[in-house]
Amino acid sequence: MTDATVYGVCSAVLVGLGLFGLIMHPQPLRKILAFNLIGGGIFLLFGVVARRGAAAGLGGDPVPQALVITGLVVAFAATALTVALLLRLFEETGRATLRSDG
Amino acid sequence: MTLAMAFDIGLALLVVGVATWTIVAHNTFAAVVGFVAYGLLLALVWVRLAAPDVALTEAALGSGLTGGLLLGASTRLRRTETSEDAAELPAGALRLTAVGLCTLVAAGLSALVLLLPVPAATLAPQAMASIAATGLGNPVTAVLMAYRAIDTLLEVVVLLLALVGIWSLAPDRVWDSLPGPRHHADSEGFLTFIAQLLVPVGILVGIHIFWVGSDAPGGEFQGATILAAMWVLAMMAGLVDAPPVSRRWLRLVLVVGPAVFFAIGLAGFAMAGGFLAYPESHAKMLIVAIEMPVTLSIAAALALLVAGPPERAPGR
Repeated sequence: MTDATVYGVCSAVLVGLGLFGLIMHPQPLRKILAFNLIGGGIFLLFGVVARRGAAAGLGGDPVPQALVITGLVVAFAATALTVALLLRLFEETGRATLRSDG
Repeated sequence: MTLAMAFDIGLALLVVGVATWTIVAHNTFAAVVGFVAYGLLLALVWVRLAAPDVALTEAALGSGLTGGLLLGASTRLRRTETSEDAAELPAGALRLTAVGLCTLVAAGLSALVLLLPVPAATLAPQAMASIAATGLGNPVTAVLMAYRAIDTLLEVVVLLLALVGIWSLAPDRVWDSLPGPRHHADSEGFLTFIAQLLVPVGILVGIHIFWVGSDAPGGEFQGATILAAMWVLAMMAGLVDAPPVSRRWLRLVLVVGPAVFFAIGLAGFAMAGGFLAYPESHAKMLIVAIEMPVTLSIAAALALLVAGPPERAPGR
């Protein structure tokens, strides 16, 4: 067992946990939070793949690491956009819910 | 079992514990605080996985700025928490089914991780083979700025697109006004004191992290995130007010990074025979020439993404 194995299983559990929150939470903000949790798990999976690819005197493969940095920035931009949409919904309707009825 | 392995297992358990808390916590604010802790713990994991560049980004962006954004949203939405959509998770058969499905997904992913091929696929030798031509010492920065420069260019454009999306959520009557609520400085207040103390130091740290990024962990995204966080802090403490979104200088700051990036990329056709190709003799100089305006644009875009759509006239 290596550190990559430990964190690999950890990232899988994080994706499962986030998925549970995403489909079960009724509140949109909690869904956004859960979605970011999934994102953290997936990025970690990239980190594990990078760590396993340690070679050429490096502790990890720099290509997946660079992809994760790009991914983190894009995830932040998407989160900011969803939060703004949610706040606008609240401003218009006084409610922050995904229910279409009354 | 070695000490390092025990630490890794303990850290992994802690991350999973905090993640569980952010899902099951009743109060949204508490859940967001849990998410900030989750991001900081993940940064530690990244250090353990020999990725200090990602650790810096995760701590500053994944935990810091995202946390600030979600904390602000949860405060605004607090009133809705007591309404019909309470944080109560559905119970009974539905919950059991969801637990079963999510366990299945987690188990499947774990199996994939455990069954990854040996020896592992890697691009590290190729990345190191071409790093000398860029004049950079940090392989991650070399990948971001040379090997996969087009990803980085498009990513800066994505930030701008997200910002355009957020700004277009402004109602017509407040278009051309200031984003976010106005915060007033309280000369006796703790936040104002912290902001006055931290912002000058933070700006120096941000520039330093950007500058050392060519040879050490750091780079334009990490530095820009810290600079953005300092602007957000100064706005939240009421030391400065957000600028109206239609200001020409603001638009210029936002587009100068991608514009310079694109221009140097196009010049690559003439200088080295390809889009975003650098002539070997001037590679590092050109990369730094791209990174400086890009850092400025990313910092401004990130801070304005946190600030939100325009919603009030100046002076209010």
